[in-house]
Amino acid sequence: MVTEYGPVRAVDGVSLSVLPASVTAVLGANGAGKTSLLRTISGLERPSAGRVSLGGEDITRLPVEQVVRRGLSHVPEGRGVIGELTVAENLALGGDWRGKEAAPAEEIYELFPALAQRSRQPAASLSGGERQMLSIGRALMCRPRAMLLDEPSLGLAPLIVTQIMTLLRRLCESHGLAVLLVEQNARSALSIADRGVVLDLGRVVAAAEASKIAADQDLRHAYLGF
Amino acid sequence: MTQFINLTLNGISTGAIYAAVALALVLIWRATRIVNFAQGAMLMITTFIASELLNEGSPYWVALVVAMISGLLLGAVVERVLIRAVESAPEINAVIVTLGLLTLLEATAGMIWGNTPRSFPAAFSIRGYEVGGTRILFSPQDTFIVIAVIVVALSLTVLFRGTTLGLRMRAAAFAPEVARLLGVRVGHMFTLGWALAAMVGAVAGVLVAPSVFVGPNNFDPILIFAFVAAVLGGLDSPPGAIVGGLVLGLVISYVSGYEEASLAPLAALALLVVTLMFRPQGLFSASSERKV
Repeated sequence: MVTEYGPVRAVDGVSLSVLPASVTAVLGANGAGKTSLLRTISGLERPSAGRVSLGGEDITRLPVEQVVRRGLSHVPEGRGVIGELTVAENLALGGDWRGKEAAPAEEIYELFPALAQRSRQPAASLSGGERQMLSIGRALMCRPRAMLLDEPSLGLAPLIVTQIMTLLRRLCESHGLAVLLVEQNARSALSIADRGVVLDLGRVVAAAEASKIAADQDLRHAYLGF
Repeated sequence: MTQFINLTLNGISTGAIYAAVALALVLIWRATRIVNFAQGAMLMITTFIASELLNEGSPYWVALVVAMISGLLLGAVVERVLIRAVESAPEINAVIVTLGLLTLLEATAGMIWGNTPRSFPAAFSIRGYEVGGTRILFSPQDTFIVIAVIVVALSLTVLFRGTTLGLRMRAAAFAPEVARLLGVRVGHMFTLGWALAAMVGAVAGVLVAPSVFVGPNNFDPILIFAFVAAVLGGLDSPPGAIVGGLVLGLVISYVSGYEEASLAPLAALALLVVTLMFRPQGLFSASSERKV
């Protein structure tokens, strides 16, 4: 797949697949093309070459609001909660297009008890970790088949990062979710991932089992900074 | 004292009109971040349509409903055809488009219906109520105006706060990209926002027409006052538009009553300048909290 912004080639011939009930971590430094990759998959950007398919169906040219209806939830970068809406409204919106088949909000409150106490408060009043929980919970409301997560650990305390990562792993196994996780925090992402893909300047420089990538010292030093 | 009461009542009635038009401006601003300079011209067109129907002998309420439906359609078409075309361009392009639309609509109305303003009937008597032997400056028509604006405001509140459609519209307005990721058809919500705004404008047009008459340019001052009211309330806030409209109506009424009517536009300007100097986000805007 290739995605370009004018003369800039943000995603340059990346090819990857994510299986159900597995986590694939896409790693790389700032500007490696990670976010562009997710935005292209969910339809926010159009690729100039290549295709995106979900469960065998070609979704490359579908509008964003149709892609999510095929079962692909995108949790955007920067904890894209809608601050003006309450926690409950954010959740309701996540399951809205599913109608009656949406997950009940109680299910999300069970996963994230912190949100339950704040359901009537505007999302803008939440802490960073709570916003991330809301963002993930909202994406789960429509019972997706696949989930794209853009830097869920950004700006969070290590303890919260561990909690969120553990939860992602659990969800992936219990719901059969295919998870594509984009992270700069390579160590924690690899700890829960089945496979790792390392991007640099839009190209794949390594793709292997997560444990192999974590063990490859040269790769870690060159691209992942640990 | 009687004069004060009279001016207050009169201010509430005219303020309700400014509030309704301000509400229309706010709806469009919230949906698409555009100040719709064609709002006055759009409600002029729908009021002309109502006037034509009344001339042909239609009942008042039929004319009102038809004006509202025409507003709904006009708003949707304007968004779909004109605004959508400049959606991705800088916002100033869309603003210039609404200015162009203003000129186009006023010129077209002049060609079809002529440039001489015509009268428009009121729904109820415009003779003030009699209280303790004196006639006050508040008539059954004023009561109707205030109630109509309250009904419009409450309906919109129920729509936005109490329904999923309203939730989708708010999400689309606050965070279009996130809303799309959640499956909201944001384009439809924008069209609906414009349509609703034009419908609210249509109601205001029919309500105010008896006092300003119907002509291609007769609603221009209403738009200007409504703009001041909307800024006063904070362009983002529907309750702010209502309060802004009422405050402006009262200020203008007091200034016209105690000083003279020709000072009214100056008073509105002063209010606008003071608002922009000391509270540029308006009385009710939440946008200053937005740091997401």
